[in-house]
Amino acid sequence: MSDAEPTPTAEPIPTASEKPIDPRQARYEAELAASKSLSVDEFRRLSRRSVLFGGVAVAAGFFGFRGIQKQEEADNIPRLLRATHEFNEDLWRRLYREDHLAKTFPPSEASVLRVKGRHGIREDIDLDAWRLNVDGVGGRIATLDLDAVKALPRHEMTIEHKCVEGWSQVTTWGGARFSDFAESFGSAVEGFDFVSMNTPDREYYVGLDIETMMHPQTLLVYDMMGGDPLDSEHGAPLRLATPLKYGIKQIKRIGTISFTNTQPADFWAERGYDWYSHL
Amino acid sequence: MTAVTERPAAIPAPEERRARLKHRRGSRWMHWVNFPLLTIMIWSGLRIYWANDVYDLSIGSWTFYEFFPDGFYEPLGLNRKLAKGMAWHFTFGWLFAINGVLYGLYTLVTGEWRHLVPDRRSIKESFLVLAHDLYLRKEAPPQGRYNAAQRLSYTGILILGAFAVLTGVAIYKPNQANLLTTIFGGYESARAIHFIITMAFIAFFVIHILQVIKAGWGNFFSMVTGYELDPKPKVTAVDGAADHGAVTTPDDGANNEQPENEQEADRV
Repeated sequence: MSDAEPTPTAEPIPTASEKPIDPRQARYEAELAASKSLSVDEFRRLSRRSVLFGGVAVAAGFFGFRGIQKQEEADNIPRLLRATHEFNEDLWRRLYREDHLAKTFPPSEASVLRVKGRHGIREDIDLDAWRLNVDGVGGRIATLDLDAVKALPRHEMTIEHKCVEGWSQVTTWGGARFSDFAESFGSAVEGFDFVSMNTPDREYYVGLDIETMMHPQTLLVYDMMGGDPLDSEHGAPLRLATPLKYGIKQIKRIGTISFTNTQPADFWAERGYDWYSHL
Repeated sequence: MTAVTERPAAIPAPEERRARLKHRRGSRWMHWVNFPLLTIMIWSGLRIYWANDVYDLSIGSWTFYEFFPDGFYEPLGLNRKLAKGMAWHFTFGWLFAINGVLYGLYTLVTGEWRHLVPDRRSIKESFLVLAHDLYLRKEAPPQGRYNAAQRLSYTGILILGAFAVLTGVAIYKPNQANLLTTIFGGYESARAIHFIITMAFIAFFVIHILQVIKAGWGNFFSMVTGYELDPKPKVTAVDGAADHGAVTTPDDGANNEQPENEQEADRV
């Protein structure tokens, strides 16, 4: 066909006849020619079926999504999503290895941790009058002052603190290993699955699995930045620090530590977050 | 203008148009399942990002875009939803990852990967495709089912998806999966890469939609039905038709445009 002919609706003729056909094109065209094909009528019937099916699928997807959104909530998230948090917890607990240490950093990289949470530490307290209560299932095991914690071997770690919000910061904590602390009570605290911790006013509370608590990088912290006393807004006189959990689990100004066999309440888990919040 | 509504008897009937299988069932399913999954991942991911929205585009002290400006989050319901964002993200992340793995395996098992993986000419040709798409070049380079730019982007998007999952795990379990976190340059670096990948997904989506619109309905619909009709037979000028000053497009009954043209012609 030449350009001289009237071709108002014609597209430019491919130059394939002049050039050798590209092997990929040839292969595809051969494949297409050999592949399953439908007559125009069959294609129309298939199209109608597909549109119908597609419409149903879109509706199902939409109502499925809305269904989850409107589902009855378990601690402020839809029950299905809470269930996957628990599924994920189960999986990652199986993969937990107690000898696996979180990465540490040179102390020179540390800086004073920015302060976010103030729940449970808004009111000033008399640090001299502060006492740490330790509870078991049967009731109070001990009431200690800070010197009793300081009597345990001091450990220091420079780790990357991670906030559930998404920021992180390298900081240095010093204190006693929780495992040393627990072992000092001997059989009185053995065999428990969980640890619960509260601020003295019980406004803030965390629940933790015993594996995390007994990890060597889980510290009851009383100093920061390599020896400065823990200040009030960082949780004086005693706070929890562990690189295995988000900051929401690292309770400031611990008032009571309880060993228990039932999963303890957790301030932020009740507000929609993952109870396990493991890193 | 006179519309030609009847085919003169002298013109031979055209070869029957057929609809040919273009996208297999598995590809179509995983493509369409991925769409809502990725949408949910980006939506819930932005709810998480809101809580610490620190990234911007800047050169030195000159910031020309902040991710994201005030007023972006609230209309989309992305603000103050960190806990729900995480809950959705860590639920649907599974489905997104599983669908992606199944798709990768599917292309390997069915041999579909041959259509998708770039070859040694793809990078060069993709520039020609781009020039063609921007109307800078008349001819598109030769291609198989997909052109060079499509091969690069459809393979690239699968790799991007894999890295989205891997960087996601790196920031989800930076201690337990610390090997991954280290590979991606640490926790903060992995988070930044995860965010950049998300932006790349959005860029892909926008271009993909534009290209699908440009390619037309038949191409789009083939991702639904699997089949695409043969292109319309070549237009042939016919001696007898020259009198009408028009050329017939053989009507096989499947051409929806024809009746519309007739109506238009009638109105004129």
